[in-house]
Amino acid sequence: MKTLRIAAWSCLALVALASIFAPWLAPHGYAWQDRESFSAPPSREHWLGTDDLGRDRFARVLYGTRVSLLLAPAASLLSTLLAVLIGGVAGYCGGFWERTAMAATDLCLSLPWLFLLITVRAVLPLDVSPFTSVVVTFGVLGLLGWTSAARVLCASAKMLRSSDFLRQARAAGISAPRIFWIHVVPHLRPILAAQFWISIPVFILSEANLGILGLGVPEPMPSWGSLLREMEGLVSFREEPWKFVPLALLVAVVTAFQLILSDKEQVAA
Amino acid sequence: MRRKALHHVVSLVLVIVAGGFLSATLVRLAPGRDADESMLDPHLSSASRQALMAARHNDQSAVQFYVDSTRKLLRGDLGISQSLGQPVAKLIRERAPATARLVSLGLLIGWTAALAFAFTSNVVRARSYEIATIALSAALLSLPAAVLALLSVMWNLGGSLAIGLAVFPRVHRYARNLLDAAYARPHIITARAKGLSGSRILFFHVIPVAGPQLLAVAGISLSMAVGAAIPVEALCGIAGIGQLAWQAAMSRDLPVIVHITRIVALLTVAANSLADLAASANREPAQ
Amino acid sequence: MKKCLLILWLLLGSLPLCAQGGEVHFCLRWEPKTFDPQRVDDDASLTVRFLTGGVLARVNRKTQLAEPELAESWKISKDSREITLKLRSGVRFSDGTPFSAEDVAFTIQRLMDPQLHSSTGDAFRSGPGAVTTKVISPTQISVTFPAPVIGLDHLLDQVAIMSKDSAKKEMAVLGPFMVAEYKAGASLHLARNPNYWKHDAQGHALPYLDGIMLDIQGNRDVELLRFQRGELDLINTLDSEYYEKLAATSPAVVHDAGPSLDSEQMWFNQVQKSPIPDYKKAWFRSTIFRQAISEAINRDDLCRIVFRGHARPAIGVLSPANRFWFNNKLNPVAYSPESALKRLTSAGFRLDQGILHDAQGHAVEFSVITNSGNKGRERMIVLMQQDLQKIGIKVSVVTLDFPALIERISQSFNYEAVLLGLSNTDLDPNGQMNVWLSSAEDHQWNPQQKTPETPWEAEIDQLMHAQASTTDAAKRKKSFDRVQEIVLEQNPFIYLITKNALSAVSLRVRGADPVAVAPQTYWNIERWTLQK
Repeated sequence: MKTLRIAAWSCLALVALASIFAPWLAPHGYAWQDRESFSAPPSREHWLGTDDLGRDRFARVLYGTRVSLLLAPAASLLSTLLAVLIGGVAGYCGGFWERTAMAATDLCLSLPWLFLLITVRAVLPLDVSPFTSVVVTFGVLGLLGWTSAARVLCASAKMLRSSDFLRQARAAGISAPRIFWIHVVPHLRPILAAQFWISIPVFILSEANLGILGLGVPEPMPSWGSLLREMEGLVSFREEPWKFVPLALLVAVVTAFQLILSDKEQVAA
Repeated sequence: MRRKALHHVVSLVLVIVAGGFLSATLVRLAPGRDADESMLDPHLSSASRQALMAARHNDQSAVQFYVDSTRKLLRGDLGISQSLGQPVAKLIRERAPATARLVSLGLLIGWTAALAFAFTSNVVRARSYEIATIALSAALLSLPAAVLALLSVMWNLGGSLAIGLAVFPRVHRYARNLLDAAYARPHIITARAKGLSGSRILFFHVIPVAGPQLLAVAGISLSMAVGAAIPVEALCGIAGIGQLAWQAAMSRDLPVIVHITRIVALLTVAANSLADLAASANREPAQ
Repeated sequence: MKKCLLILWLLLGSLPLCAQGGEVHFCLRWEPKTFDPQRVDDDASLTVRFLTGGVLARVNRKTQLAEPELAESWKISKDSREITLKLRSGVRFSDGTPFSAEDVAFTIQRLMDPQLHSSTGDAFRSGPGAVTTKVISPTQISVTFPAPVIGLDHLLDQVAIMSKDSAKKEMAVLGPFMVAEYKAGASLHLARNPNYWKHDAQGHALPYLDGIMLDIQGNRDVELLRFQRGELDLINTLDSEYYEKLAATSPAVVHDAGPSLDSEQMWFNQVQKSPIPDYKKAWFRSTIFRQAISEAINRDDLCRIVFRGHARPAIGVLSPANRFWFNNKLNPVAYSPESALKRLTSAGFRLDQGILHDAQGHAVEFSVITNSGNKGRERMIVLMQQDLQKIGIKVSVVTLDFPALIERISQSFNYEAVLLGLSNTDLDPNGQMNVWLSSAEDHQWNPQQKTPETPWEAEIDQLMHAQASTTDAAKRKKSFDRVQEIVLEQNPFIYLITKNALSAVSLRVRGADPVAVAPQTYWNIERWTLQK
């Protein structure tokens, strides 16, 4: 187990370092177009080949890691926090608060948020800076992504409400917020970990899909989401395996996250 | 229990009403509400263009529109689709069976696979198995919906496989973590030490503990599946509610969007309420 | 006996080599919005109208000339206000209802009803006043318009004749196929019209096919996959990357019919009341600025990289596929960033540490919007972004969903530059009046001007009115040639590329002859057969 945890941390560290040192590691910039070698297979000059516009895929993977590896986990953390604040508190309080919070959660699950996103795009200026666009995108994802986990957290917290150790804590005069954060939330860790872990790849893909609404990472900046979308056009693994490298990288990173999280849960238990 | 059920019914009605109103408001706020692709047709005269815009533009306030729409709904009139020119009720009636089939089968595939992997990982207890299932879930979460839909078409499995593959990793992760937490409880360890069989431990000691939360996951998995149905139907060309919802969103078809939101709200609240009620009925006594 | 065998042999020999019957299967990208042929304004409905509608005259997509159909002949008056048509006799609608001049009168009157708001009808509306129809006999009718209608015979290609008396209304048709079954959102089945009037040279009834199955499939990857699996018989408009994919495995199924009528162009927002900064308005309204941008874009790379060589640099308003109207004296804009910079410098711009600034010191940067989901356009903008960066201009790319984009370019005018394409169905430039007249709503870069704001727009107005007021083809061509020259010089639209007409047709189909004018493949589907 220790070996696995070390391997997982090493994987994440390697990916993070590679993205930090991208300007030195990448043979070309992420926007530079080699117009004589578009859609080219891997070569000495382009280690993962080039995309449809002749841009070096290896450089784009490295630079894309910066955006996705930093912001997707941050957005996941935000959605997880909101889920525990809304769902966890609702389940713990019970009664009217629980009913109201869960009704609000169901409402949020049903609404067509697409139109809110279109409105957000309309409000932002057209020449919004790439940084703002990216931060707004992941911020919006984080603010909207809490609903599924909130329901499950509510059910979990509800189960704990009448447990003996909480009764003892209340009888001992410990305040409700302290009880919630110190005694209830740790028991919600399995759901929180699942929510956090699921959200990372989902938000990375969602960022790419938000491109159709004018949000997301603007061109020519790369992101893992936009790189994954290259797979959409009937790509054959046998003929173009290099196009699957971003997928393999994302799977490796997400797997590493999960191994670290599950080890932490076992250590806590 | 009856009181709980009543609360859920009231919640259902309120969410449907609020959902319809808010969706109408969101659509009206979003730019492009009065825009139509035909406005770019150079053959259209000025008068025709004005008439087109007037037909789409609704001078009513959001509240007035919604009250009017609800009054018609109570008479069974869901209005006419702005983009397809057909009664909304007819459109939904024709397409609901395809989506129902797709979502049901997708959920069955997703849940069967998720529970099978989650249960067996507690039986097999091999690290390599765990890593393999984590990697599989990660891979499926990382694949764009378009790719999943294409795989469905390639293997002639309709869109159900795509929905199943979209639901599986989420359900599996929650189920896995919940079962792990349940298995780690002291009384389970005691039961194991006392030599109880795996199936007895699972059905009599683990499932009652994890059950209420698994039921909550079941409730939200319906909205996951319905959400996944939209891109899958649009990409696979399946004539379902999801495809209708996507077309309506792209053409700002207000009547269709409002009624689909109501349907989704109804399904979501109904599923979650049933899960809640089932969980209440089965709740284990306090430890 | 020998005589019988000889007759039998002659009869058999006169049959087409392939089997008659069978069904052709292809896809519609969207659900048809209507089956009413007069309300058609989307591609899917247009396809259904083409396949089911009987018209008085049909433009042969290969020769680009109008040919008699339900009208055996016609005579257009010198002032282009009246057309007298001699109709075929003995023709019946698909439900058996007889066809006569009364049906033509009914169709025209309905079409020209201003309450219908039909773009097909609006194309005939050249001036105020009512259209009158006079039924001379069951096979003769004259139609009089309040003002001259230019290109009348070509416009008849869009008018599917409807039955005045049939209970089936728009479902009673005169075309080769009729709607047999419609599964909303899924498929549309067209069956052979048993009463179709046309026969081949040997007297066999057309169409040869039993029917057409149209699946509603918006995803091009799935469409390609199904074609490769043999489930579809044709892809009417094929993207260049899919063309290459198919050509690699089955070169015989793909067709490149040369330049289509479609173009891709960019334009700047020149609307005075738009909410963009004044200094940007000044750039966009400067002819020198637009000329420089045009020169700085490498069109050859756009054609080579984005369209894999299946496109050519655009030379202004029309495509060379429009044989009569295209001004072949014009030359394409040569790519030259040096010349572009020189122009900009002459207009007061200066390059400072790799960034271009205007005379007031503002860094030259603007956003280009386009519709999402169009990979070709998204790639074009990214290439153009790099091209313009070489002359110090920063371009930001924004893709929007279509309604939001239309709202910006036609209502709020809250945009800086836009990249869109023009799908041309008309050969006659008179169909573009609403684009070129400065007072019109489709004068995209600066619509609905009270008076022309520039001398060149005033000149274009004059030329467009001139070509619309005469039937002399040579005079009209001269006027429109000059319009093309002005547009190439002033660059209100920066024309980028003209796409080739790419399509795929399965090997089992016989008789297909893909052309550049839409519908590219199935324009002659009534004569197709299927190899067994």
